[in-house]
Amino acid sequence: MKSPIITLQDISKSFGNVYALDGVSLQVKAGEVVGLIGDNGAGKSTLIKILAGVYTPDSGAIRLKDQPVTDWNASRSRQSGIETVFQDRALVVQQTIVRNIFMGRETAGSSASLLSRLGFIDHKSQYAEAERLMRDIGFTSEVFTPDSIVGTLSGGERQGVAIARALYFDAELIILDEPTTALSLTETEKVFSFVRNVKASGRSVVFIGHNIYHVFGIADRFVVLDRGKVVLECTKEDYQTPEELIGFMQQVAQSEGGTPSGSSEE
Amino acid sequence: MMAKTMTSITSTSLFIRRNKASLSTLFFLVVMMTCFLIANPKVFTNAAIYNAVFITLPVAIFLVVPLVFTVTGGEIDLSFPSNMAMASWVFSLLIQKGMPPVLGLIVAIGVGMGIGVIIGLIVVYGHLSSLVCTLGFNFFLRGFIMILTEGRSITVLEVQDGLFHNVLAGTFLGLPAQMGWALLFTLICVLVFNRHCYGVRVRCVGDNPQSAEQMGINVNRVRISFFIFVGLGASLAGVFSVLINFSWWPTTGDGYLLTALASVFVGGTPTWGGVGTVVGGALGATIVSFMETGVVAAGLTGFYVQFFKGLIIILSLLAHRYSSKRYR
Ligand SMILES: Nc1ncnc2c1ncn2[C@@H]1O[C@H](COP(=O)(O)OP(=O)(O)O)[C@@H](O)[C@H]1O
Ligand SMILES: [Mg+2]
Repeated sequence: MKSPIITLQDISKSFGNVYALDGVSLQVKAGEVVGLIGDNGAGKSTLIKILAGVYTPDSGAIRLKDQPVTDWNASRSRQSGIETVFQDRALVVQQTIVRNIFMGRETAGSSASLLSRLGFIDHKSQYAEAERLMRDIGFTSEVFTPDSIVGTLSGGERQGVAIARALYFDAELIILDEPTTALSLTETEKVFSFVRNVKASGRSVVFIGHNIYHVFGIADRFVVLDRGKVVLECTKEDYQTPEELIGFMQQVAQSEGGTPSGSSEE
Repeated sequence: MMAKTMTSITSTSLFIRRNKASLSTLFFLVVMMTCFLIANPKVFTNAAIYNAVFITLPVAIFLVVPLVFTVTGGEIDLSFPSNMAMASWVFSLLIQKGMPPVLGLIVAIGVGMGIGVIIGLIVVYGHLSSLVCTLGFNFFLRGFIMILTEGRSITVLEVQDGLFHNVLAGTFLGLPAQMGWALLFTLICVLVFNRHCYGVRVRCVGDNPQSAEQMGINVNRVRISFFIFVGLGASLAGVFSVLINFSWWPTTGDGYLLTALASVFVGGTPTWGGVGTVVGGALGATIVSFMETGVVAAGLTGFYVQFFKGLIIILSLLAHRYSSKRYR
């Protein structure tokens, strides 16, 4: 039995009178790839924002390696080894690639000099780190350097920056929220090979997508959300083809189709 | 050999690209000074006019530089004129009571930053528009001063010829000492803005607060810090203005509201947040100061000051329009 990295227990979260999450539990274990599936508005992004410490749940508990945590927030989450590629990418587009990669951890990647202990940034070493990362991610375009402004990059390249940032900090758990939306085929393939590399290195991934074929290919285990509730948790043994899973999800959609839970607005 | 020339060319062009805003402000200053020089060579080749500007320019710099941080961070603070008056009022009262001026300075800084804390907490946790809220505070604090002083000013001759005065606002190498302090302040702020994680966070928060929040930056804390920093600058500006004039007026700081604000934008910091330039801000303050003195010195009556000030603000904004692009 592999040890859990993080556990969410009975999490609820509402925005005004929209119940985005209603008693959701989720556990991520070391070295596994969890596919989080569900229609638009199902609550996937809300759930991972709670994991990432961006939203505070209305009720429910978070356990980190079986220890209960209090005061969970984005900075605490990153310190605990969780990196997230948010659906909106969370970039600052008027800043350089280096600044985006080190955002929130501005003094990381510096040599331990007096200046860096005082909070000054070692730009040279961060530049070198960013350059290496961009090469690893497959940022081959010669036009861009780590000092290029993110606003000048294409959508796929911006996603590359967001992924490079998640990769840099040697996280135990990397969360990817619909990372392949609006990407070209080759870019999508790069994201998949990235996920496989992370898994091969023994780390965990939560991969969100509404394209079940995409998620099915890389995940070990699936969690299906529908209107704020977990409607299915299964492994590849339970559903051996994406079609079976899609069949299940269509059933769910039909069985609850008429119930107005008010969570499907976009 | 070839490669070396190549890198030096690219690094020069990189320098230009990164400092476009402050370089075009510098260019603007040079053009303006050339115009003045042509209009009245006698006055503008004489050191007197430069000395006159350097006496009061530091006060403006202490106000403008923190404002650059605030505007870059996506907020605005219009309370600084009254905050400047509050801090220097406390300073003047303490000096009158016989307190050593150094302690008076420390208390004044505490007052300025304390007011900044209060304003910051109200703006951030009250979810208020910083523009309107700080405008309100500007009136409120000024009214408070007016009520308590009944409009009376304070003369602070006690500091005259004292070590404190001579070090901060005496003459050094034939120049007003306060210019040196303002330059030092600017230099430190340039380093903080460009090289320190605080400056980087300010830019991230101004660029996209949601992104900054998601990456673990404490956005509220950074936003509150803007108002504290402006309070620090305002208190320094207030104390220097008392040291320069040997007196405090209940209207102290009033005249700086629009000029300090204009200097930020003349300096090349755009209104939308995320980018800014401290050097540009200091140069912008210089442009505005020379403008005020220069128009009169060039032989025009004081009536022209506003006219030209407006013209220069508009022209400089047009100039920056071409050098700055907003990425989304
Ligand atoms: N910040 C927010 N404010 C108000 N409503 C929100 C917010 N975030 C999400 N919601 C609502 O919560 C529900 C779930 O949204 P989300 O988690 O983004 O779904 P998904 O990522 O699965 O598409 C939707 O109905 C959405 O409108
Ligand atoms: Mg989503």
